Order: sequence, then structure tokens, then C-alpha cells
Amino acid sequence: MATEMRNLLADTCTRLFTDRVTPALIEAAEKGQWPDSLWQAVEEGGLTLPQIPEQHGGAGGTWDDAHVVLSAAGRFAVPLPIAETMVGAWLLSTAGLDVPMGPITVAPTQAADRLSLRREGAGWKLSGTAGRVPWGRSAKHVVVLAEHSGKPTVARVAGGAAKVEPDTNLALEPRDTLTWSDATVAAAGTADSLQPDSLWLAGAMGRAAQMAGGLEFLLSQSVKYVSERKQFGKPLSAFQAIQQNLALLAGHTAAAGMAAQAAFHAMEKGDAAFEIACAKVRVGEAAGLGAGIAHQAHGAIGFTYEHTLHFVTRRLWSWRAEFGGEGHWAERLGREVAARGAQALWPLLTSR
Amino acid sequence: MATFNFELNELPPEAETLRQEVREFLRTELPKLSSEERPRTWGGHNPAFSKKLAARGWIGMTWPKQYGGHERTFLERYVVLEETLAAGAPVSAHWVADRQSGPLLLRFGTEEQRQRFLPPITRGELSFAIGMSEPDSGSDLASIRTRAEKVPGGYKVNGTKIWTSNAHLSDYAISLFRTQVVPDKKHEGLSQFLVDLHHTKGITIRPIYDLAGGHHFNEVHYEDAFVPEEARVGKDGDGWKQVTTELGFERSGPERYLSSIRLVLELINEVGKEPGERAAVLLGRLTAHLNTLRQMSLSVAAMLQAGKSPNLEASVVKDIGTTFEQEIPELVHALIGAEPRLDTGSEFEKTLGYLVQHAPSFSLRGGTREILRGIIARGLGLR
Repeated sequence: MATEMRNLLADTCTRLFTDRVTPALIEAAEKGQWPDSLWQAVEEGGLTLPQIPEQHGGAGGTWDDAHVVLSAAGRFAVPLPIAETMVGAWLLSTAGLDVPMGPITVAPTQAADRLSLRREGAGWKLSGTAGRVPWGRSAKHVVVLAEHSGKPTVARVAGGAAKVEPDTNLALEPRDTLTWSDATVAAAGTADSLQPDSLWLAGAMGRAAQMAGGLEFLLSQSVKYVSERKQFGKPLSAFQAIQQNLALLAGHTAAAGMAAQAAFHAMEKGDAAFEIACAKVRVGEAAGLGAGIAHQAHGAIGFTYEHTLHFVTRRLWSWRAEFGGEGHWAERLGREVAARGAQALWPLLTSR
Repeated sequence: MATFNFELNELPPEAETLRQEVREFLRTELPKLSSEERPRTWGGHNPAFSKKLAARGWIGMTWPKQYGGHERTFLERYVVLEETLAAGAPVSAHWVADRQSGPLLLRFGTEEQRQRFLPPITRGELSFAIGMSEPDSGSDLASIRTRAEKVPGGYKVNGTKIWTSNAHLSDYAISLFRTQVVPDKKHEGLSQFLVDLHHTKGITIRPIYDLAGGHHFNEVHYEDAFVPEEARVGKDGDGWKQVTTELGFERSGPERYLSSIRLVLELINEVGKEPGERAAVLLGRLTAHLNTLRQMSLSVAAMLQAGKSPNLEASVVKDIGTTFEQEIPELVHALIGAEPRLDTGSEFEKTLGYLVQHAPSFSLRGGTREILRGIIARGLGLR
């Protein structure tokens, strides 16, 4: 039953993105245009807050639903902060705060950045600089996780409350530096379940799902291309070398999908740090290998701006590094495994 | 293009209860084995150990009770498989019979064959080998030439099977022979037989030693060997359909990614509680792959339980699973650079020595990597 509901949700996403996320729309977004009508359609379709409880303004579903939406968003290279909105809204609702309408982004997204909150009267003020904030210039709200009195604290500030230095990632998605100087905080709160790395973990999880979706696109696009393109008098798909490479891409795509799905499901159950680390490592590795295979299969045409393959491959190359690359998460995971000792590895794997 | 259907699966509570029972059993039984009897992969052959597992009801678990089975789920069986493999238990005396020979007889065998063979398998008393490859037919299995000619009461068999693991230790080999020669149609005219390896006159079993000097492979030569009519499995000429079904059973299990688990555990001991950065990164990467492969393999088990035929998914798991288990000794070498050892040296060095030498076989047995990728490519619609 739950599977059927998720299939319906996947169909909804596919229809909406197929109609609206055209190459022209992505190109305009790459030139800096905020795709407002697309955002309106996605928000009205209930796709931005699938896992947020209804009393906080969401759709009242699960993280498994969020996974479906983000995979689809990755498959279509949707140039919107859907993952960021889901993560920000989750932080707000976890801290007992209302979730406003409109695109949300989150900060800090770099391990080294620290923001500070201070009390002023009944309210709060935010200060500090955060780099590489996704859609920092376009988001209507910025949700921040900062430590206050030794507790991880969630704060929401209005978009536009920061000084913005615009920048982008490889896919020309906004990744801006935001600086706040005693900016007014619209709402703040905390919860015992929040950890200092809650935002970092949820962000990594979101990117894993987007990348797994991106890999699905690379696989279907590559299968299509090699079936149509002819050389030496026959389609490329007739060559064993091509078949073997695409079979390998299929394996990495399937593994990436499974790893991302497992992370979201663990998040729904509660503690997902282990699965998120596994997912960011496994999916990130698949992203690099998959982009390589897809480009090889497409030949020179896939290396042009005119062809749409790069809308996904450039995202994969950026996303695998955002919220910690494979090395970061593998080291974290490896240290935990080593500290537990050899006898504990198998019980750990089978307890998940 | 076919799409994959890897749905996340959670084990039911009864499977987790069973897991604790299996662990308790292994904690008691494994220390009784000498270190030579404790394999470094699933190749260890120990009939006494298999009988003890059988006594617990852990062989033929999913089969009907009327044949000695226990009518438990594929997921419960999966738990027993993964626990025994992860602990390095010697399971090969019953492995082939439990995984493919029994299910083959359940599906295609006669009632008499089921009643005769399945109950002793579930007691751990009857072991099976697989007679498929021939000297001139490996990946191109349908080109086999061993001929079974119809004679009164049965067949006269001439030819040679090769790479028959444990033929010298097994009671029967389910073997694929050519019963009819159909010109230009090599997939037709094949039939499967239950060959009694102890009592069939005209059979010669010769050892083939592997590169490490080990003996599990054999050549099985047939010279005017008589095989009775009632030993044929399924209809005369249906062999190809049956053998591809059987290979499906062979490709989805946890043995396709856990062959090097012992080395991962030894590596954790070797690098200690506070490893350096490179060691931590490698351990984390191996853990991420292990966890993902286990979820995929479990997902295939759940599809089997639901009565589906996840042949494409099973091939995907075997392809990336064997690539992973094969890569482990290479990665460990790159990190530590310890000399792989035979009988002297630390447990870590000996395990490395064993796996470095055995890893090449991981992507050959049960269908080579190239054959599997061909199957996956067909699933993608490329051929």
C-alpha cells in the first residue's frame, strides 16, 4: 500500500517535471533567473514539504515520500532548492516552529562555518558568515543551525537579511556567501533530538537522493543514445564493449538507489547517521563512475553544451562534494567501525 | 528499458529471533573445529557440521514438510545463510543441494525423485555437485557435447565434465547431457540427470588442483556409463530451460559479496581502535559497500519470497558483489602492504594470502562477470 502511494507520488513528480523542467528553463536558471512559476507549481503540488506534519504546514507524509520527490528532482536536474526546503522545514518543525511558505535554504553548509545567536530582549539576533549557501540570494527564508548555551538551536531569518556575495557551483546553481550582522531572527527554538551535525547529515542525505536520481537519468539517457546512434553499420548497443559499460552503470545506479532509499527510511525510523554516511560514500562513488561511463557512451556530442547530458553530470560532480565528500564520510564511518572492533561489525550491519 | 525493482526490505521479527538462535549455535559449534577446518570463505567442507545444522532444521528450510522441509520463508533462510557465511562456517557439504539441487527437484523432479532425495538432503546426509561445464564449453554452456544416448532402461553416457567442485566428496552430480543432436539448435536436445557418483560404472573422477594447490575442482569422465531412465530430471530435451532456472538460484545469495568478509574483520584488528586517516577511509568505504550490497541482496530475497523471478536484479547483485569482494585483497594490500602468507605469519597475513590467491575465482564461478553483464545488458534492452 505504502509502495502504491509512493508510485503515485513518483508519477506526479515525473509528470510535473517532464512538462515544466525543459532545457530552456534550466538554461535560464543557469543564467541566474529564478524559476518562480516552477517553484509555485512544485509548492502547490505539495512536493516541497512531503514529510512535514500537517500541523506545521506539511503534507503529513514520511521521509520515504521525501526520497521519492528528491530522486525525481535529481533525475530532471530541477533547478530549485527542494532538498534545502525539506531540510530547513524539518529543522523548524523539529524545534516546534511553524514552517512558512516559500523556498527555504539552510546554513551553514560547510563544516568549518560557525554562526552565532544571541538573545536580545524577547528575541534573537544572528551574526556570522556562511559560504556556499544554496540559493542564498533567492530563498525567502534561511534556516540556521547554531549552538546557543551549549544546545543546537534552530533559527529562521528572512531572506534578504544578509549581505550576499553571489557564487555558483559547477552546475551554475547559486552557492552564495551570506553575512549577517545582528540580523533579526524571525523564530528560534531547540529540541533534545537535534545534534550539532543534524543539518549536515540531512543535507548529505538529500544530495544522496538527488544524485541517485541523476544516475537513473544517465542510465536511461545512455541506453537511449547507444540504441539510436549507428557506427560501422550498426547501433552502438550491438557492441559488447558498450553493453558491458552500460551494465556496469546499471549496477552502480541500482546500488546508489538502494543506499539513498535506506538512508531516508532510517531517517523515518529515527537514527540515520550510519545509513547517511553509507549513502553519501556509495552514491558519491557511483556518481563519479557513472558520469564517466555516460560521457564515454555519448562520445563528443555529450561533451557539448547543446546536449542535455551535462545538466546532470555537472550537478553530480558538485553534489558529491557538497555536505561532505566520500572521503569525509568514509573516514567518519571507518573511525566508528574501528572503535567498535572487529566483532561488532557484523552485528552492526545486521541491526540496521 | 527494463527498470530495476530494488525495494528496501525489513526482516520480520521471527527472522531476527532465528538470527540469535543461529549465532548461539555458531558460538558453541565453531570453536570445536580445528583452525584447518575453519575456512576463510564459504568453501569449507565438513559433513559433520552440515548434519548439525540440519538437525536444527536449517537445511531445506523453505521446502514442504512432506519432503523433510520446514516451510519457513526465504527471508528466514537468508538469515541462516548470511550468519553462517559471516562467521566463516564450513557449509559447502550441503550448500549446492540446499541452494539449487533441491529446489530444482522440487520444481522439475518426479514425485519419486522428491521423496527419495529431498529428505536425506534436509538431514545433511546427501551432497550434490554440479556437472555443467566441459573442456570446450565454459561460458558457452549450450555447446556441451557429452552425449547421453537412449538405450533400453536408460542412457549410455560418453564425454567429460570439468570444474566439478567437490565431485570427489559428493554423492550425486546433477549433470547436463545432450540426449538429442538437433542441427543448428544447440539449446535443444539437452537433459539433466541425477548421476550417482559412487555407484555408476564407467565414471572416472580426477582431481584438478587450483593455483594454490587446493583440490575442489574435478574432471568427471564418462565412458559408456549407464544412467537409468529414472535418473533424468524433467522431460527429455528440457535441460536448457531447467539449467537457466537453476543458475538463477545460484546468483542472488549473500555468498556473492561476503567471500572476503574475514579479511575485513582481520583488517579491523590490524589497524586497531584508532586507525590512521587512510585506514579509516578504507574501512568506511568497505562498510558502506557491505551495507548497500546486503540491502540489495535482501531485497532480492524478498522478491523470491513474493514469488517473483528477480533474475535481472540477482545478476546485478552478483556483478557488483563479486567485484567488491574481489577488490578487497587489492585495497588491503594497497593500504598495508603486508606480505601475503601461506601457513606461517599472523592470521591477518594468512587470510590475505588465502584471499589474494582465491579472489580471481570470485568473478568466474556461477557465471563470469562478462556473461552477467551480458544478461544485464539484455535486461536494459541493448541486445
